[in-house]
Amino acid sequence: MGSYILKRLVSAIPVLLGITVIVFLIMAMIPGDPATAILGSYATPDNVEKLNRDLGLDKPLVARYFIWLGNMVTGDFGRSFSLNRPVLDEIVERFQATLVLAGTAWVLCAVLGILAGVVSAARQYGFADKAITFTVLVGISIPSFFLGMMMILLFAVNLRWLPVSGMYAIYGGGDLPDLLRHLIMPALALAAVATGVVARLSRSAMLEVLRQDYIRTARAKGVRESRVIMGHALRAAMVSIIPVLGIQAGFVLSGSVFIEIVFQWPGVGRMLVDAILKRDILLVQGGVVFVAACYVLFNIAVDVAQSLLDPRIKT
Amino acid sequence: MNFLALLFRNRLAAMGAVVLSLILALVLITPLLPLVDPDVIDTGNRFKRPFTEGALLGTDHLGRDLLSRLLWGTRLSLAVGFAAAVIAAVIGSAVGIVAGYFGGRVDNVIMRVIDMLMAFPYILLALAIVAALGPGLINALIAVAAVNIPFFARNIRGIAVGLAGREFIDAARLAGMGHMRIMLTELLPNVLPVIIIAMSTTVGWMILETAGLSFLGLGSQPPQADLGSMLGEARAALITAPHTSIVPGVMIFLIVMSINLLGDGVRDALDPRLKSGALSRPMARTKVDRKGPIPAGSDALMDIRELETQFHVKKRVYKAVGGVTLSVRPGECLGVIGESGSGKSVTALSVMGLVASPPGVVTGGAVRLNGEDLLDMPFEKLRQARGDKVAYIFQDPLSTLHPLYKVGDQLVEAIRSHHNVSNREARKKALSLLKDVRIPNAESRLDNYPHEMSGGMRQRVSIAMSLANDPEVIIADEPTTALDVTVQAQILALLDDLRRSRGLAIIFITHDFGVVAQLCDRVAVMYAGRIVEEGPTQEVLDAPAHPYTKRLIACVPELGQGRRELAAIPGLPPVVDNLPEGCAFAPRCDKARDECRMGDVALRGGAPRAGAPRAVRCLFPEEEIA
Ligand code: SF4
Repeated sequence: MGSYILKRLVSAIPVLLGITVIVFLIMAMIPGDPATAILGSYATPDNVEKLNRDLGLDKPLVARYFIWLGNMVTGDFGRSFSLNRPVLDEIVERFQATLVLAGTAWVLCAVLGILAGVVSAARQYGFADKAITFTVLVGISIPSFFLGMMMILLFAVNLRWLPVSGMYAIYGGGDLPDLLRHLIMPALALAAVATGVVARLSRSAMLEVLRQDYIRTARAKGVRESRVIMGHALRAAMVSIIPVLGIQAGFVLSGSVFIEIVFQWPGVGRMLVDAILKRDILLVQGGVVFVAACYVLFNIAVDVAQSLLDPRIKT
Repeated sequence: MNFLALLFRNRLAAMGAVVLSLILALVLITPLLPLVDPDVIDTGNRFKRPFTEGALLGTDHLGRDLLSRLLWGTRLSLAVGFAAAVIAAVIGSAVGIVAGYFGGRVDNVIMRVIDMLMAFPYILLALAIVAALGPGLINALIAVAAVNIPFFARNIRGIAVGLAGREFIDAARLAGMGHMRIMLTELLPNVLPVIIIAMSTTVGWMILETAGLSFLGLGSQPPQADLGSMLGEARAALITAPHTSIVPGVMIFLIVMSINLLGDGVRDALDPRLKSGALSRPMARTKVDRKGPIPAGSDALMDIRELETQFHVKKRVYKAVGGVTLSVRPGECLGVIGESGSGKSVTALSVMGLVASPPGVVTGGAVRLNGEDLLDMPFEKLRQARGDKVAYIFQDPLSTLHPLYKVGDQLVEAIRSHHNVSNREARKKALSLLKDVRIPNAESRLDNYPHEMSGGMRQRVSIAMSLANDPEVIIADEPTTALDVTVQAQILALLDDLRRSRGLAIIFITHDFGVVAQLCDRVAVMYAGRIVEEGPTQEVLDAPAHPYTKRLIACVPELGQGRRELAAIPGLPPVVDNLPEGCAFAPRCDKARDECRMGDVALRGGAPRAGAPRAVRCLFPEEEIA
């Protein structure tokens, strides 16, 4: 197992490098004088000259890439001009908030989605199946940002059950219950689409598995039906559900950008949008590389989980 | 045409189509409608509620007419979304076709890049592109198109690879066509349908993604508005004037939902598995819907009487088992033989309610174990009987054993489903079972997964599993078909041993007379869902009465020599949804006369009971039987 994890980590290196190349090339598309574009409205002739020197912008493209990459490897993502602090510090701080939100939403989408899919499949064409199928259809059709806004209207403004936005109450907050109260709505709004996708996939995976010969064998043995469904069938269906959970993590991460805006969540997505609007290119560049790299590593964890579940995978 | 009919039989898809065409129609005639200019600011009339004078949907924070802005915004959103879809499809497909057509290094490099692009959560890539190009609707469009290119490239490449190896591409090359021409005139037409389907499933996404970027303020810039930026601007007044948010939000919802419904409909109509209804899952027990009177039983251990099992697929009815009567006594082995499709396996599975249902339905007869009818037993009681009183051994244990559980655990589970014993005790029993079926190194085998064992070992495991609870009856459905000859002989000898030492009754389903000769006391021959001959094995072998039996036996050159297909009999068995009148074997029988096709041919020779004389279903049998 250890060697398998190592092998997967090594195989991630070219992907990580590829990510930096792609981001670098996209940023190289910036029209006009790069230093001025990067500094945007913060540009003073001094700044421009300093940045040109720092990034080696007078050098050829390839050299610039390696300087940038070398700096990043040593933890130097540059300095954000709009926030006047090191890019990496800001990203790490913001990314924690995003992790709380996106992580919760991802767990929600996995648990609720699989549960809904299993019930749906076990009660195929029954009332529960139809109700779930309909809810899923609505869930995957509502844009998450609109859903979030409607939730605010209903639960925060009309019913006054939950706070409107933010991660902690401004006065007297900061503890776990406070965080949870702030987390419920954004996490649910963020999880909605992914839950729908996971539920659909789980339903069809379960239907596929329930038709297999080994399910008939389990029933022929006299295994209790609850165990046939939640044990034999779900275990086998997980083999096709887990990769989708990995993909959905990417969608949840993407969706968190919108949800962070709607709920004023101090995460990395909101940071990126602000940075783009302020033309703080170094912050965008660093944030994109950082989050994408985390996502790649997360997917390795998913692969490892998959190999633990399925003994037929060669490790 | 057929496709459209299928699509519109799906009511939800039709609904989606109607809503979508309504929206499209509205958007197309928007310039002709008597609407206020969407960008005219009238701050005196801010936040007017819907349905007020002069503003059907109210006004926004600058007093602009919401209805007008909604329609113009929808127009813009749809246009941008479709444009992004077309751009992504064209570039992505081109990349995919090139990769698939050239293959080798080109393919390798392209797919590496595609993989890397797909390693990004999509929004990050889009944000990076917008960051580089600057906020704006066109740049948002470019970003959305770009992040969707890999999806098209990968899908189209998969199909192009398959096509590139086909003869017509080679032929085109030999005819001296250039690469470009082959890709455009030979490959493209063949992948076009896939491109269109991929577009129809992603266009909803792209509309949503561009709306999302506009919502973030990175897409359309004021005063121009698409649905996303309308929603984004309205957010500031969400609490005081919610209608300004709800109007564009609901519109996005309707568009995405109708596209989703339509897309689902298209997918269902194209997926042939759904057409046949095969995607439904079998329930825990076969449906029983007995029409006629329930026949009386006998004193046999297991007594199957006039069993009828059908498959109901849409309006067609397949009569898989048409009134089969069989019985076994303790210690007896009954062989049931026939070609595939003769109904022998369905008969076996009907006994414990294991026929996949839907589509299977038991429509008549009775199955009794020690005089108790299994067909109308409460489910929990039936479950307790499964594996405990009646156990199954199936063909091909690679697919019938659970691939993700260790064989030891599967054995333990079989035991613990019926006996309240500790895990340790059950494991001890599992070990002794593996020894009983003569698996070497049984101890270490407990921790093997099925795929780590040989076919013969796996079959021994499934035999061990059937013995786990000392059942009274074992139903073995072609347990040796997947094995080679020597292993087959070993397994048969093992079963014979077990039957004699434990007094088991065995119902042995097979298509091989050689196997029957080795193991079975009695044999029943099935054809087209019915028994055509029955009797003691030796008698039937020596003097087959039914022409079909005679041919079956003639196909076996030497008894007991492993798997044998019954292909040597000319003609095919009848399709069981369309049985000929009279004798079902008549089309393949060289003794057939007109009488044979007239009415039902009865099974003659007395009620078949253990030890009873023979029976045959033929008007002109090969041998006259007493
Ligand atoms: S009944 Fe007639 S057709 Fe049928 S098997 Fe006998 S002889 Fe042949």
